[in-house]
Order: sequence, then C-alpha cells, then structure tokens
Amino acid sequence: MELVIVEEVQKELNRLANQDVYIHLETTNGAYATHNDESFFSSGAFIRNALVNYEIGQIKGSGPYRIGLKLNIGWVYAEGITHFEIDDQNRLLMAGHDYQGKLAVAFQISPTPFE
Amino acid sequence: MEKERQILVIFPHPDDEAFGVSGTLALHIQNGTPVTYACLTLGEMGRNLGNPPFATRESLPNIRKVELQNAAKTIGIQDLRMLGYRDKTVEFEDPEKLADHMGEIIADVNPSLVITFYPGYSVHPDHDATGAAVVKAVGRLAPEQRPKLHCVAFSKNTLDELGAPDIVNDVSAISDQKIATIQAHASQTQLMIQNMAEKLKVKDPDMIAWVNNERFWTYKF
Repeated sequence: MELVIVEEVQKELNRLANQDVYIHLETTNGAYATHNDESFFSSGAFIRNALVNYEIGQIKGSGPYRIGLKLNIGWVYAEGITHFEIDDQNRLLMAGHDYQGKLAVAFQISPTPFE
Repeated sequence: MEKERQILVIFPHPDDEAFGVSGTLALHIQNGTPVTYACLTLGEMGRNLGNPPFATRESLPNIRKVELQNAAKTIGIQDLRMLGYRDKTVEFEDPEKLADHMGEIIADVNPSLVITFYPGYSVHPDHDATGAAVVKAVGRLAPEQRPKLHCVAFSKNTLDELGAPDIVNDVSAISDQKIATIQAHASQTQLMIQNMAEKLKVKDPDMIAWVNNERFWTYKF
C-alpha cells in the first residue's frame, strides 16, 4: 500500500462506478481494546461482499480522507483513509492506519467477490 | 511434565499457540510426543499490517498462513491443520456443527491431551467460542473416554473465578525456541518482540516469568 494519491483514487472510483461491484467495509479498534484499557468503549463493524452499484464515488478531505459512494437508494461512507493500492485483481483497496500503523478502517471495491 | 501419548491443540488464530503454549508443545515434542495443531482461521482480520504497511486486508491471510507454517516448524509440529473458518466469525457459527467438527478432529487424532482456550475466560470472542466447542465435543464422550483437557485463560477475572492454574510448566530450557516461534509470526509480533527483547535484556522479572511459565487450568466436567 502507499499513501493516498487523490487523483489516482478518484480515477479508480470513476472506473468502478455504474456497474455491479462488491464492497468490503470495516472499522475496528481491535478485539483487545477493552482488555487493555477498561475505560475504552470497543466498537467496530464489517460487511464483506455487499453488492452495490454506485452512480458517483468521490474522495474528499486533505488527509486522512473521506470516501463516499452515492447509490440509487443509499450511501456507502468511510473516513480515516490514509493508504491505497490497486491489487493484481484490479481491486481498489483503501485503508486507514492509525498512528501506530494499525488498521482502523478498510474500504475495498472489487468487480468480483472477495474470497 | 507428564508424558503424553498424543496431543491435540485447537486455537482459532495463527499466533495463539506462540504465546501461551509453544514452550509446552516443544518440550512434549522433545520428549517424543506427536502434536497436532488445528487452527480455525488465518487471522484474516488482524490489525497489524506493518508500518509502513506491507500487507493489505486481502494479502494478510496468505502471509499469516506462511507464518503459521513456519511457527509450527519451529515448534516441531508435524501435523498442522487449517480449518478454513474466518477470523471474528467463529462465535456466529452453528454451535452444534462447530462442536461436531471439533469432535471429528478429536476422534481422528485420538489424543491423550487436548489443549484449547477456557470458554468465558479468554478475552477474544473467537477464543471463547473455540474453547466452548471443544469443551462441548469432549463433554459428549463417555467420561472414561475423555482425553485430558487443559485450558489457557487470561481474562482479568480468571484468578478470582477459576483460582490458580493447576498446571504451570517451566519452559525456560527452550525459551529461545519459544521466542523464535513468536518471531515467526512477524506480521503480528514485530512491535511486541522489540519490547520483549529489551525487557529480557535487562532481566525484567515480569517478562521473564511471562515467557518461562505456561499456565493451564484443567477443565472439570
């Protein structure tokens, strides 16, 4: 992964628009957050292989970045994106890593299902 | 340490074996006991991807699979089974089916000792769910057919509620091998290994005790 280059991410969001795509969206603070600090409220969510078709997708902000996909009947959104990669299967993998480098958010868009 | 005929270890994540039991396993293997390690997931949802990141959510499973194979080799485990479940989802599997699956593995391996997590005292939901399935599978056997069941526990309420561990294995004789096993899971342990090495160098007593003593609670049905 490399640090976000806004133009490249935007180009990929455009490429994947207006077709059926699969989404992996995840936020996490780790399974041990409350074990390590009892005052910490642990929360997180993930969805893998949600099938959507978005009409417009944009990257916004000055870093960490926000990503929003506008669907016919709703939205997909994530914030805290710092890194991206186009992998060998032409998938747009985006992630937000915290100050220790640990994954905090993942937002991935693929023309084929994630395995 | 009592000599065992055959050991079966069941944990959900690559690296679960490294911290709590790798020394015990290595000592048993040195003593001629075969060990089977059944690992439910590939730790697909791990948060450590390197800093700067060298892995992605999608490439992490393959990296951790190789690390797991190397860790098993370092311990001397000949029979490593990867069961194909997904990280973070073990507790949402059908509990009966999961116990059936654990039961099949137990029947196949026919161990004299099973090692897993103590359900309810193992912090991560995957740990508790794995332990619960193994306990259920062993509990289905007639009492005289049950292998011994040693559980790892580390939640904050463990000592208050379960009491002191009834088995504490001193693994200092092979601590280098244990540290090498932890190191084999480089994607997950890189940061902690530095911290560990520094503390061991200045002979920090808590760290030495943490590495050298492996603690188990025998599950009583």
